[in-house]
Amino acid sequence: MTEATTLSKKDFTSDQEVRWCPGCGDYAVLAAVQSLLPELGARPESTVFVSGIGCSSRFPYYMDTYGIHSIHGRAPAIATGIAASRQDLDVWVITGDGDALSIGGNHLVHALRRNVNINILLFNNEIYGLTKGQYSPTSPLGSVHKSTPMGSIDRPLNPVALALGAEATFVARSIDTDRKHLTEVLRAAYEHRGASFVEIYQNCVVFNDDAFQAITDRETKVINQIPLRQDQPIVFGKDGEHAVVARPDGSMKILPTDEAGDRVVIHDAHKDEPTTAFALARLSHNPTGPTPLGVFRDVKRPVYDDMLNDQIAQAKAKRDDGDLQALLESGNVWDVLKS
Amino acid sequence: MSTTETTAKNGQPRSHVTLTGAVIRFAGDSGDGMQLTGDRFTSETAMAGNDLATLPDFPAEIRAPAGTLAGVSSFQLHFSDEDIHTPGDEPDMLVAMNPAALMMHLAAVKGGGTLILNIDAFTERNLQKVGYDSNPLTDGTLSGYQVHEVPITDLTLRALAEFTEDGRLNKKEAERSKNMFALGLVSWMFSRPTTSTEQWLGVKFADRPELGEANRKALRAGHAYGETTEAFVYTYEVRPAQLPPGRYRNITGNQALAYGLVAASVKSGLPMFYGSYPITPASDILHELSKLKHFGVRTFQAEDEIAAMGSCIGAAFGGSLAVTGTSGPGVALKGEAIGLAVATELPMIIVNVQRGGPSTGLPTKTEQSDLLQAMYGRNGEAPLPIVAPQSPSDCFYAAFEAARIALTHRTPVIILSDGFLANSSEPWLLPNVDDLPDIDVEFLTEPNHPDGFLPLLRDPTTLARPWAVPGTKGLEHRIGGLEKHELTGNISYDPANHHHMTEVRQARVDIVANQLPPLEVDDPSDDADVLILGWGSTYGPIRGACRRVRDQGHRVARLHLRHLSPLPADLGDVLARYDSVLLPEMNMGQLRMLLRARYLKDITGYNRVTGQPFRAKELADQLLAMLGQEVPA
Repeated sequence: MTEATTLSKKDFTSDQEVRWCPGCGDYAVLAAVQSLLPELGARPESTVFVSGIGCSSRFPYYMDTYGIHSIHGRAPAIATGIAASRQDLDVWVITGDGDALSIGGNHLVHALRRNVNINILLFNNEIYGLTKGQYSPTSPLGSVHKSTPMGSIDRPLNPVALALGAEATFVARSIDTDRKHLTEVLRAAYEHRGASFVEIYQNCVVFNDDAFQAITDRETKVINQIPLRQDQPIVFGKDGEHAVVARPDGSMKILPTDEAGDRVVIHDAHKDEPTTAFALARLSHNPTGPTPLGVFRDVKRPVYDDMLNDQIAQAKAKRDDGDLQALLESGNVWDVLKS
Repeated sequence: MSTTETTAKNGQPRSHVTLTGAVIRFAGDSGDGMQLTGDRFTSETAMAGNDLATLPDFPAEIRAPAGTLAGVSSFQLHFSDEDIHTPGDEPDMLVAMNPAALMMHLAAVKGGGTLILNIDAFTERNLQKVGYDSNPLTDGTLSGYQVHEVPITDLTLRALAEFTEDGRLNKKEAERSKNMFALGLVSWMFSRPTTSTEQWLGVKFADRPELGEANRKALRAGHAYGETTEAFVYTYEVRPAQLPPGRYRNITGNQALAYGLVAASVKSGLPMFYGSYPITPASDILHELSKLKHFGVRTFQAEDEIAAMGSCIGAAFGGSLAVTGTSGPGVALKGEAIGLAVATELPMIIVNVQRGGPSTGLPTKTEQSDLLQAMYGRNGEAPLPIVAPQSPSDCFYAAFEAARIALTHRTPVIILSDGFLANSSEPWLLPNVDDLPDIDVEFLTEPNHPDGFLPLLRDPTTLARPWAVPGTKGLEHRIGGLEKHELTGNISYDPANHHHMTEVRQARVDIVANQLPPLEVDDPSDDADVLILGWGSTYGPIRGACRRVRDQGHRVARLHLRHLSPLPADLGDVLARYDSVLLPEMNMGQLRMLLRARYLKDITGYNRVTGQPFRAKELADQLLAMLGQEVPA
């Protein structure tokens, strides 16, 4: 029997009815992932999706792969256990802004700094959807939601800046409504060996509709999306009329391109030093104005699972496979003879 | 006890006393190296063929201020020419390196016992520091004891004078060898060769040979001091114990537990994954396993307790023998994730090395107060099997049994060890690994039903669901914390299904009891008046108590439980056979509550939480009281 080598979206689609709200941005991400995986040559049996709790965390049920819908915030830890013990698998983490940045913040930063070989997709809708509409750690200051009738008083996190601060080796941002861009970013994340972090702006139609309107609206997106393209000058707007330039202190600002001249920043995600990527991440805090989209950082670093398995291989090479009887008899032993 | 008169090299008459056993306690500052001294004396004693049991006892603070009561660290060793089970109730000999150690431990020493005191540390300042109003060396406090005042610090410095004179060591470094001087002296008193310690020092200080040399010199100086000084009239000997023939080593509970897990990995053919966050008194398991990578053991030091548990769930899903180790506070943090392990029906082991609670409690002291946490410390109905080791070496077999249950029934299993078992040691008759049973594990490789793969279709004898690991084509499936349909594993909110699944999760635990061997009640006369029941590390003191009471002609039966969940099927019958049942626990009656509820049987508790293991005598007194006997004061 010959193996079917060409798979299609259907092979990654489970028989479970998708139960997100009509119009939810999650549908677009699901479709993008289901279409991309066969293109990448991924195999359903070698793919594992791990999620936490929240609307987006239902994602694994809709993938015809292996999957764990786990508990709130812990998906990166569970995925670490899978990746560390099974190098042969493609491991994806599906999480949201509350799941990854609030209850699971600790696991996120540690999975990133260890550079475990997993792909983390953070669906950021700036709201708690499954608990019906409380502000989240990415909601803008002053957000009025169910638990903040007078406006939220805690400063939001910037997920991309956080990931860079956590020593992530791949950090990117995309948006649910731009299928082409999302697919390209996911492809790059998949091809990166080590931890990949992708923030996906995802619209919650019920509790936080139009949170990303500034960068998705047909009228405004052209002036608010700053595309990051490797080795290209960072310019945006109609005919590239705006440009990103560095201030003397290293932070970034936006100037008309004709004023910027040769000071326009040339994007280089492969730069080992993350300062420029961090400065780019700080260009926008919540995407209400010009916001960079694309791959901020993509560098090679030793991968946790590789190093762990290398140590095991080294130990085996040096000491042979373990001999249990010899282990028990290690140290001082003595014999009691039959009297 | 027999005595032989001899003459020392210096012509002084000496008495060589043969004892059946002795209890020695070394006590000093946390920085004085008392744990190491105890460990070395234990090793020498084990090599001499005695049976032994140890009780290390140290503060949670790494270095409390020098000379204070808070900083006292001690190590007690009981050794004997016969089979023993406890580290001993009362020391026959106390080695006290400073006034704090004397103050803390004098009350425990047997009347007439021997005290070896480092008088160099008995300065006015040190005496005041611990609140001695007058000098116990001179005020009559020690009149009931055989006191040896030894200037241990000074003698050590003199022995190492050449090292300080030529600058190889400074005075502080030289002084640190005083524990080896004390060890040399005690080794001489008990006729112990010091060769194994000398070899050990060579290895330990391979990087700083001058320290190894200095410590060896101090050790020999202590030995020679005993030999030549006129102060010591008696030397002692404890003959080798008549232990069952075979090969032995000395082992602590944590080490045995780590080895038991590795044995289960070898015997199941599954690679082992150990995800853990450092916590006293469980960290040594992580240290031990991290050295065993050549067995394919993957150790992962997680960012927190929850991540450690999460990583186990991931590794179990991937087909590893997944284990996490912690103590009670860590189990509290892991609770939600353990619930996920129950719900997803993945095999794994959670080791709880219990310590004093609640909250941070007594990190370095022992307790058995996490039984109800292990039983019920999760949201919802989330039952799981629980096993408990009873002695340091038994931790090996308890770990192996936990792995067998986990892998056979696809369930998380909790091992309840404790701080006493973790750190104390005993000689272990090593098993032949060929005699350990294989643990059969089969991954599912193809759909298990004509309609396709049903992730929750169970084995009728074990109620285990199939283990289909990623990488297996055609068995892709999703698991999670949401309630699942009883066969397909798809999310189900059906009321009847949830009730059914709740019953199945309990039945999957209960069915473990079907494969347990019958309980072995130790009841020599078969008509004992009282049954003494226990679990965990109370095994030693309970056995010791039974021996004492039986020696007085009383009939007592003894039963120790390995399995706490599910309870053995024949336990109810055993309990029914005895009118009186005594259950000592280092908690306020947790197993007693479970047994009373389950069997409607009245059980008498003896419940103390002092952070210390029970003494055999206090349990014997409880037994005598239940037997209507007068209890000696």
